[in-house]
Amino acid sequence: MSKIVDKSYFSPNVVRLEIEAPLIAKSRRAGHFVIVKVGEKGERIPLTIADSNLEKGTITLVVQKMGVSSTKLCSLNIGDEVTDLVGPLGKATHIENFGTVVCAGGGVGVAPLLPIITALKKAGNRVITVLAARTKELVILEEQMRAFSDEVIVMTDDGSYGRQGLVTTGVESVINREKVDLCVTIGPAVMMKFVSQLTKKYEVPTVASLNTIMVDGTGMCGACRISVGGQTKFVCVDGPEFDAHQVDFDEMIMRLGAYRDEEQVAKEQK
Amino acid sequence: MEEKGRNEAWRETLRKSMNPKERTAIERVHMNELSGEYRCHNSEEVNQGLTLQQAMQEAKRCLDCANPQCVTGCPVSINIPQFIKHIELGEVLEAAKTLKETSALPAVCGRVCPQEKQCEAKCIHLKMNKPAVAIGHLERFAADYERESGQMSVPEIAQPNGIKIAAVGSGPAGLSFAGDMAKLGYDVTVFEALHEIGGVLKYGIPEFRLPNQIVDVEIENLAKMGVKFIKNCIVGKTISFDDLKEDGFRAMFVASGAGLPNFMNIKGENLIGVMSSNEYLTRVNLMGAASDDTDTPVLKGKHVAVIGGGNTAMDSVRTARRLGAERAMIVYRRSEEEMPARLEEVKHAKEEGIDFLTLHNPVEYRGDEKGRVTAMLLQKMELGEPDASGRRKPVEIKGAQEWIDVDEVIVSVGVSPNPLVPSSVKGLGVSPKGTILVSDENMQSSIPTIFAGGDIVRGGATVILAMGDGRKAAAAMHAKIVSGEI
Repeated sequence: MSKIVDKSYFSPNVVRLEIEAPLIAKSRRAGHFVIVKVGEKGERIPLTIADSNLEKGTITLVVQKMGVSSTKLCSLNIGDEVTDLVGPLGKATHIENFGTVVCAGGGVGVAPLLPIITALKKAGNRVITVLAARTKELVILEEQMRAFSDEVIVMTDDGSYGRQGLVTTGVESVINREKVDLCVTIGPAVMMKFVSQLTKKYEVPTVASLNTIMVDGTGMCGACRISVGGQTKFVCVDGPEFDAHQVDFDEMIMRLGAYRDEEQVAKEQK
Repeated sequence: MEEKGRNEAWRETLRKSMNPKERTAIERVHMNELSGEYRCHNSEEVNQGLTLQQAMQEAKRCLDCANPQCVTGCPVSINIPQFIKHIELGEVLEAAKTLKETSALPAVCGRVCPQEKQCEAKCIHLKMNKPAVAIGHLERFAADYERESGQMSVPEIAQPNGIKIAAVGSGPAGLSFAGDMAKLGYDVTVFEALHEIGGVLKYGIPEFRLPNQIVDVEIENLAKMGVKFIKNCIVGKTISFDDLKEDGFRAMFVASGAGLPNFMNIKGENLIGVMSSNEYLTRVNLMGAASDDTDTPVLKGKHVAVIGGGNTAMDSVRTARRLGAERAMIVYRRSEEEMPARLEEVKHAKEEGIDFLTLHNPVEYRGDEKGRVTAMLLQKMELGEPDASGRRKPVEIKGAQEWIDVDEVIVSVGVSPNPLVPSSVKGLGVSPKGTILVSDENMQSSIPTIFAGGDIVRGGATVILAMGDGRKAAAAMHAKIVSGEI
């Protein structure tokens, strides 16, 4: 069993959990995810690993309360056990010295971006991070990002902090200013779609880390399948990172809604 | 083949107690089963098993042949006449013991083996134009009888030798391997990626065909033999093969199963409501999605099409029926004769009101504005010349297409090997298809301390073949350890 050793809140709906998982802490790399299940009758949900601590043998997850399962996970406290935790899953991020990399994160997608930024920086890249949120209170991990970024640009929809505008505005300002060799984006599917459209226009290679519906997370079910360059791929074993310009985001967004009605009913019942 | 016990006095006496003519004159027993109408509204096991009387009567039909071919048809070489003759005498616990000498999971095999293609296909009765002895039913009977008696025997275990062995995957291959190695005195640990032990027996085969409780009892039995189980652990990901070596594991058996579900790459296949049988069955069987008190959802379609003609397709379509489908149909591109599913599953499916659209092949799916599947376009087929599989190849009938309304489609057209394990071991010989390459006779891979079996080697086969691989690997690994080769 995997005990929660620390818990803190980024915002009322975004929780940071540090969980005992020595084997995963040891073997995980940037980009990997885990499957978490809370309760005997719980659902298996994928979550990207935000950080790990080898000495303590822990991993860190940043979870946003969305549906029944993520809310259950967020309601666990220090000392509670996560019923099932398995990983690390997926392919690790391909890290090398690309040159200048723009990392664009939105919402809780900022959390899994942190290990990637850290690894990119360590590999010698110039890292420019664009953090986007609806409003000031929802901007998370800014300080940690600054530690491993050459520059951090904060964008808020309402202009309450940093610059006003969407993540794409921030990314575009960098592209217009200097040569960008790679863009990495993690966040809501719609956000990644627009980042991808933008960077395609400027021909900046872009990697998106996708979070889709999964059951087993090990390649068995195919619930996570998406179209990449016209080919069906499984996010769990072929990804979670893909060439964003090849991803059919509209189809992915459609598939994310597969159980929307059921989720709504479940939420109302619980 | 010299079979154990045939010359023993009791067997001879029993053989002579009734002449072959009388034995063959007995009619083959009919499995007691729930009615099609009743059972398609619940998940109760369809087959209810035989009574002691039925079993003893059926056992009389076995002629106790001098050269029993049935044993050669069994992938794990169960001493079939021996166990059947014990049943004839009413010594059912002895029969169960005989089964467990060679099979780690008799209650499972008695339920899911394609007996008509294996042991029963070789039965002497068939040569006399009579139905084969119901070996599968008898196997199930003996295993169930023992379990229900509360006197389950734990096989004899050799003196522990302290040698650590790993099995990767807790499906039929891994379990059968673990059982055999434990019997030989090894310290066996089984690693499972999912949160439940049992592999396909849990996530794949539905409750109405193989109740989970039966699988659990078999697993408990292995635990009593000293086998350790570790869940939520992916060898190759959570821990590496090198970690295992460092931890003192001398050798390992990889039985990680057939992971990736195949799709047909046709238009609309990624619409909502189109899914693999692996996804559908995992949601229902492993996650309990059909019941209200679990968090995992599952679509409960009213018009459900299942694409394929294997056992998994039958399991899926019968599950859909139980989840309330008004029309549940099998869409299969060949004819019923070529269907790979067990005869009994096809029969049961028909009794449950499943439509069989044979010689039909989906070519496109259509959806609504939300992306939910609403219809499928079927191409009608006819049979041409035999293909590489020896079955007559389905050929399109030009212009013969029709749209059929569906709100859920379950694609059950086979699986490809799970790449997780093969890709994580450097130097492991893998086929272009992704299966682990092993030597036929001993299941040893290109790395001497790694053996493999089941679907990760076969690419999609049956429970019993996987178990046979586990047994073979255990015997070969043991021999190589004893000889000092590994």
